[in-house]
Amino acid sequence: MAFLSSTSSISRYYIEGKFDDSIMDNLQTGLKKHSIPEIENEFGEVSAGWAPFENPYKPDFNKYSFSFGTYFLFNLRIDKKSIPSKLIKKHISIEIDKRLENSGRSFLSKNEKLEIKDLVLDNLMRIIPSVPNIYEVLWNYEESNLFLFTTQKAANEVFETIFLKSFNLKPIRLFPYTMIEKKSKLSDQQKDIIYNQSSLNYLK
Amino acid sequence: MLDIATGYNKYKFLGNEFLTWIWYLIENKINIKELINSDYKTITLEIGNSLVLENSPGGKTKEKISIKGDEAGLEEGKTALKKGGVVTSISLLLNIDTEEFKFLIKGESINISGFKTPSFKPENNEEIEGAIIEKAFFTEKIYTLIDALFNKFIEKRSSDTFKDKDFHKIKKWILS
Repeated sequence: MAFLSSTSSISRYYIEGKFDDSIMDNLQTGLKKHSIPEIENEFGEVSAGWAPFENPYKPDFNKYSFSFGTYFLFNLRIDKKSIPSKLIKKHISIEIDKRLENSGRSFLSKNEKLEIKDLVLDNLMRIIPSVPNIYEVLWNYEESNLFLFTTQKAANEVFETIFLKSFNLKPIRLFPYTMIEKKSKLSDQQKDIIYNQSSLNYLK
Repeated sequence: MLDIATGYNKYKFLGNEFLTWIWYLIENKINIKELINSDYKTITLEIGNSLVLENSPGGKTKEKISIKGDEAGLEEGKTALKKGGVVTSISLLLNIDTEEFKFLIKGESINISGFKTPSFKPENNEEIEGAIIEKAFFTEKIYTLIDALFNKFIEKRSSDTFKDKDFHKIKKWILS
């Protein structure tokens, strides 16, 4: 439970909108519908979905809770297969030698080489296991605040896609511009002043 | 509202200016509690072990100045400010009443990393729930304070008197 024991990196979201009816039902339905598949996809390079905080390797939201006090907490799990380029190179070379030996030819066409590369990638993708990456999602529903415990751009993008699909609520990442839009109490006139400014130059 | 990517790129300079202002507040011992009108008894901010500035002397190429280490002096950073640099990330030690937090904040995204909270090791399920709530509470506490400071900064930045008041004070500090 890295969330509790170590230092954290955090990106923050403002969640636009609210559920029309039961919060818990909507949440449980969304989490279940887009939970990470328990059986690994043999051919897929990336697989992503929700998993319980208490057990990220058992995506069972009936067994494990996602509600803690006034907060919701669950994991975004992104499983990724990563094949080292040197391994691909080795297997392509072995396959090319085999093909040349069997055909008695001295060279292969560009298309044949491409075909071998695809075949090698398919085979390796099937045998190489996925590496799971786990990022905690902490949601204060009432305050529309959500914290994703990572600052990796790729994870942010996966999160935004899955969150919208799961709950039909838009997560807006908070940074200076969106903080002014969603978190400040500036009047429209003050916002206009800010938006028409360029960066300060203290040397002039 | 602007498209998210456009809004991010167009106004990321506000985040860097915000961090530069935080450094100014710390160096000039401005009372944070009074500034944001907080209910906490005490709030203190100190610079931690990392400060990164960016400078674009010719307008095109960017120069990055990183100051790292517990005993590192900040003179080089001040020199970068004098050349027109801005703070792009800063490590902070924040004390709110009796609690101490450490984190590094990035200007353009306001993402935080290396976030350390007061330690608490749960030993059973009940304690785990308590620890989760505590960590959540600390996380919100930090961001509530960041929001309060950022709002104060943009409130000042958008005010008619900014150029005559705060701008001059910050300029004076930078050139001192």
